Amino acid sequence: MDTGTAILLSILVPFAAVFGNLILRNNPNARDGMTLVAAVLTFLLVLRILANEGNGTSETYTLFSILPGIDIAFNVEPLGLMFAIIASGLWILTHLYGIGYMRGNDEKHHTRFFACFAFAISSVMGIAFSANMFTLFLFYEALTISTYPLVAHKGTPEAIKGARTYLGILIGTSIGLQLVAVVWTFTITGTLDFTRGGILEGHIAGPMVAVLLGLYAFGIGKAALMPFHRWLPAAMVAPTPVSALLHAVAVVKAGVFTMLKVGIYIFGIDFLASSGASVWLMWLAAFSIVAASVVAMTKDNLKARLAYSTISQLSYITLGMALATSMGALGGGMHIATHAMGKITLFMCAGSIYVATHKTEISQMTGLGRRMPITFAAFLIGALSIIGLPPFAGSWSKWLLVVGAADASQWVMIAVLMVSSLLNVAYLMPVVARGFFLPNPDPDAEAATRADEATRTVREANVLVWAPPAVTALGCVFLFFYASEIQTFLSPIVAAN
Amino acid sequence: MFEEFTWEFIVGHLNYWLFIVLMMTGLYIVVARSNLVKKLVGLNIFQVSVFMLYISMGKITGGTAPIFPTDMKVDPGVTYSNPLPHVLILTAIVVGIATTSLALALIVRIREEYNTIDEAGILEIESTICRAENQLHGEAMGGRA
Amino acid sequence: MASEVTHTAATFADHLPVLQILVPFIAAPLTVLIGSRALAWPIAFVSSAIAAVIAFALLMKTMGGEVISYHLGGWAPPLGIEYRVDAANAFVLLLVCAISTIVLPFARTSVAAEIPKRQHTLFYTAYLLCFAGLLGVAVTGDAFNVFVFLEISSLSTYVLIAQGSYRDKRALTAAFDYLMMGTIGATFFVIGIGLLYMATGTLNMADIADRIAEQGSNRTVRSAFAFIVVGIGLKVAIYPLHLWLPNSYTFAPSAVTAFLAATATKVAIYVLMRFVFSVFRPDFSFANNTLEFIIIPFAILAMFAASFIAIFQSDFKRMLAYSSIAQIGYILLGIGFLTQTGLTAGISHLFNHGITKAALFMGVGALVLRTGSSFYSRLEGAGRTMPWTSAAVVIGGLSLIGVPGTAGFISKWVLVQAALEKGWWPVALLIVASSLLAVIYVWRVIETLYLKPATGDAATATEAPASMLIPLWIMAAACIYFGFDTQITIGASQTAAQGLLAGAVGMAH
Repeated sequence: MDTGTAILLSILVPFAAVFGNLILRNNPNARDGMTLVAAVLTFLLVLRILANEGNGTSETYTLFSILPGIDIAFNVEPLGLMFAIIASGLWILTHLYGIGYMRGNDEKHHTRFFACFAFAISSVMGIAFSANMFTLFLFYEALTISTYPLVAHKGTPEAIKGARTYLGILIGTSIGLQLVAVVWTFTITGTLDFTRGGILEGHIAGPMVAVLLGLYAFGIGKAALMPFHRWLPAAMVAPTPVSALLHAVAVVKAGVFTMLKVGIYIFGIDFLASSGASVWLMWLAAFSIVAASVVAMTKDNLKARLAYSTISQLSYITLGMALATSMGALGGGMHIATHAMGKITLFMCAGSIYVATHKTEISQMTGLGRRMPITFAAFLIGALSIIGLPPFAGSWSKWLLVVGAADASQWVMIAVLMVSSLLNVAYLMPVVARGFFLPNPDPDAEAATRADEATRTVREANVLVWAPPAVTALGCVFLFFYASEIQTFLSPIVAAN
Repeated sequence: MFEEFTWEFIVGHLNYWLFIVLMMTGLYIVVARSNLVKKLVGLNIFQVSVFMLYISMGKITGGTAPIFPTDMKVDPGVTYSNPLPHVLILTAIVVGIATTSLALALIVRIREEYNTIDEAGILEIESTICRAENQLHGEAMGGRA
Repeated sequence: MASEVTHTAATFADHLPVLQILVPFIAAPLTVLIGSRALAWPIAFVSSAIAAVIAFALLMKTMGGEVISYHLGGWAPPLGIEYRVDAANAFVLLLVCAISTIVLPFARTSVAAEIPKRQHTLFYTAYLLCFAGLLGVAVTGDAFNVFVFLEISSLSTYVLIAQGSYRDKRALTAAFDYLMMGTIGATFFVIGIGLLYMATGTLNMADIADRIAEQGSNRTVRSAFAFIVVGIGLKVAIYPLHLWLPNSYTFAPSAVTAFLAATATKVAIYVLMRFVFSVFRPDFSFANNTLEFIIIPFAILAMFAASFIAIFQSDFKRMLAYSSIAQIGYILLGIGFLTQTGLTAGISHLFNHGITKAALFMGVGALVLRTGSSFYSRLEGAGRTMPWTSAAVVIGGLSLIGVPGTAGFISKWVLVQAALEKGWWPVALLIVASSLLAVIYVWRVIETLYLKPATGDAATATEAPASMLIPLWIMAAACIYFGFDTQITIGASQTAAQGLLAGAVGMAH
């Protein structure tokens, strides 16, 4: 199969799964089985593309032209391919997890849930393989719209409110700022194609570069750069599989992926460096990293804490782009992969705990580690990877970011990265420590016995819920040993033209 | 700009003054009267002012009725008035009649439904309906904005 | 005289411009004469379909920039009445015909439910007259003829709106208010034409344009311009002249609203463009200033004020009416830019918004049929009981916001591009900012349909009948289709914009 067909199919297969879900709505097993097949098929298609193209950049496959100079077009380049592999691979796991979670938790509207899920994945594939900014924008918006029903899934007033914030910020930034940025780019350059080395150089100069970068940076609301980060915690009202895949992998990574794409292929790293337009963005990202970490420490709700942790980690990637050095961009790219693996583990663990105990607050999780060893072990590994300790994946991307900062002689940024790691320890380790080591902090003896009783009867939820996080936790270790492969794989994106 | 307002200018444009006075009278009635039929009368006066404008426009000083002699021997020395505006305004008059009759029909129906043809009364009835609707359906504002 | 023979059209195809109007125009009295209730709808539908075919043929002919000049009765302009078809009005003709042909099957069910049987025949007569009038306005090249057709369509519009009185008696006062304002507008327009005639001695639009160009600007021409802009502005519902619109759209029968919202204001906008660009020409500085300092600010005001009011409505139909006023602001803004891109944006939005609003108003019509009301509180949870209708409404809503992949996005894209090309930064930001208001009012509907627990009528409602769903989905599909294939919309808009900006190329032939 040639690459063009494979790209198209990798978008169409999940899209077809949307309708498959609707058709098979009365037969849950057939429906979920069909989606699983679609997920595996998508993953295989992406692997096929990998086999075809390696880490090269493919030719551009133009589907059709919308306006003169604006096409719906796809191509393959390392960053997008990596993103597609992660998203489609994790879709399989998340889908299995989702079945276990939705059934184990008696959630309603399964069909709508899985249909929207598939639609979201289809959009992600579109984003990953977009050959120009217009195509990317199209799928970017499709992703926002398709995930809205997932966030609002429970239909409770707070879910609706959270979903409103989610949609309001994402649509608001993308239409209000990103659209203007895209049209502006098109007006001055006459093209929107992602080109190695950027397309803007020579068309725009002076402070306007920083303004345009600002429109993009804030316009890509999915990257959750402060002050447009509020949607992420708000979206945590969604069922955990959604939080896991969409808000640890697909949606937020689509955001930072777009950010990297814009930085590398629209502005061009060299242009960013020479114009100095990204310096302010670097400082803002640094602020986001530290501030979000601090906020994370104050959250008792596990998912909210993870949400703020995500905001902080996403800014690593933005920072990598804003450093405007090759190493920084590479580190940012690699962090997409490593953080995805680590954060999805953490989210799935949070869901696993919820299904087993219906507990959402960290202070209630005392002693659970001994009853749910696999979940908590996976959580530990994920947390260590996020913190950036060897031998877990996160350490490498953080290392590359530090090197990138050193290349740019930004010593403050190195300090920020270090401080942030410490903060990570401070907000992630207590969860594990409570689970494994704290026996019984409740002062009220009677209540304590009851709590203890309740804890004692807890056991791991069904296999579909605890196995996926275990697998992704292993993935964190695995990625550590294959980090240099990823680095080599990504290196063409910053290679000289 | 006022130096052109000589006595001759003012008298020479008599038809325009008439047109303006009629037009404003008509518009004033439309706005100021609350009886729907009177409003309609105002509208008619307003339209008639335009008929005046058109008809007077066709008049040429010293011109006679634009009728050719039957033998078609047109004397080049005779000036004819311009018949076209008159023809146009025939159409406009027809349109005006249609408008008036339609409006009267509407007024009849309004009278049947509201039992009044007074605008204030109608507005009062409608705002009552709106208030009821808002109580029933509205979470925010709404109604006849 | 031998030379006159050449003006007489010879083949059937040459007569298309007049057939375009004649078909519905003859069909209208035919429905009354035949007097059969059963035949009224088929006659209306067939004539509308034939008109659509003709419009399509005309657009194909003129797409390349050719201008068809048809001399009515063989009388050469400027004395005779000229029908003049170029890409711009062929495009408008096609829009009107297509919408009418798609709305009619919908109307059949909707009208049957909303209007008593004895009125059906006359309803379709009025509908056809309105349809023919709108086509006439678009096709004619004679200024006075515009007035006549405008009044034909307006008078029948008042009748159509008043038909809503069987559901809500406020339709009567809405129709009466519209009649008052519409007549004042039309009279202003006719005064403007009178003044133009005084200044130029001709009624043919191209001829007027030539003579204005010769004599330059003077007080008569300027006041003519003012009268015409205000007169047409009332029909367009330019922001401060929009007061008739919300009630008319809210209380008119659903099918009528769907048809009018998609066509009537659009045709009026076309007339405005025709006068501003072809008659007064873009180099007529007075027109430029008017556009820049009066129309554009009001357009922007409309985009915000009307959107803002739309947010706070509790009635779906009324919300859409206010949103129409806001969207008209976009179109006028595009025209006000006075650039090729701006005009392209305006004209394409005219089309895209037309199909979007047609889809949405038909959606409301279907909801009204099943739940008996268009208030949000009565529609809660309809997403589950009427999934197809609701899904189409969502698609229309997304197109209204201008989400990528929908028709609304394309025109918004071009509009932002036009603003940036001119270097009008703040305007570009204002355009996108007002789309965000659209997000809010559309999302209120989506939340109502899907996220609220089903209560009352919506809980027991069944899906709308196929006769409504099919037209509705054709429109919804068109909203998506024209979001990807812009050949027809942008292509025709560009040709039209070129034609308008170049001014009328004098008298044809």
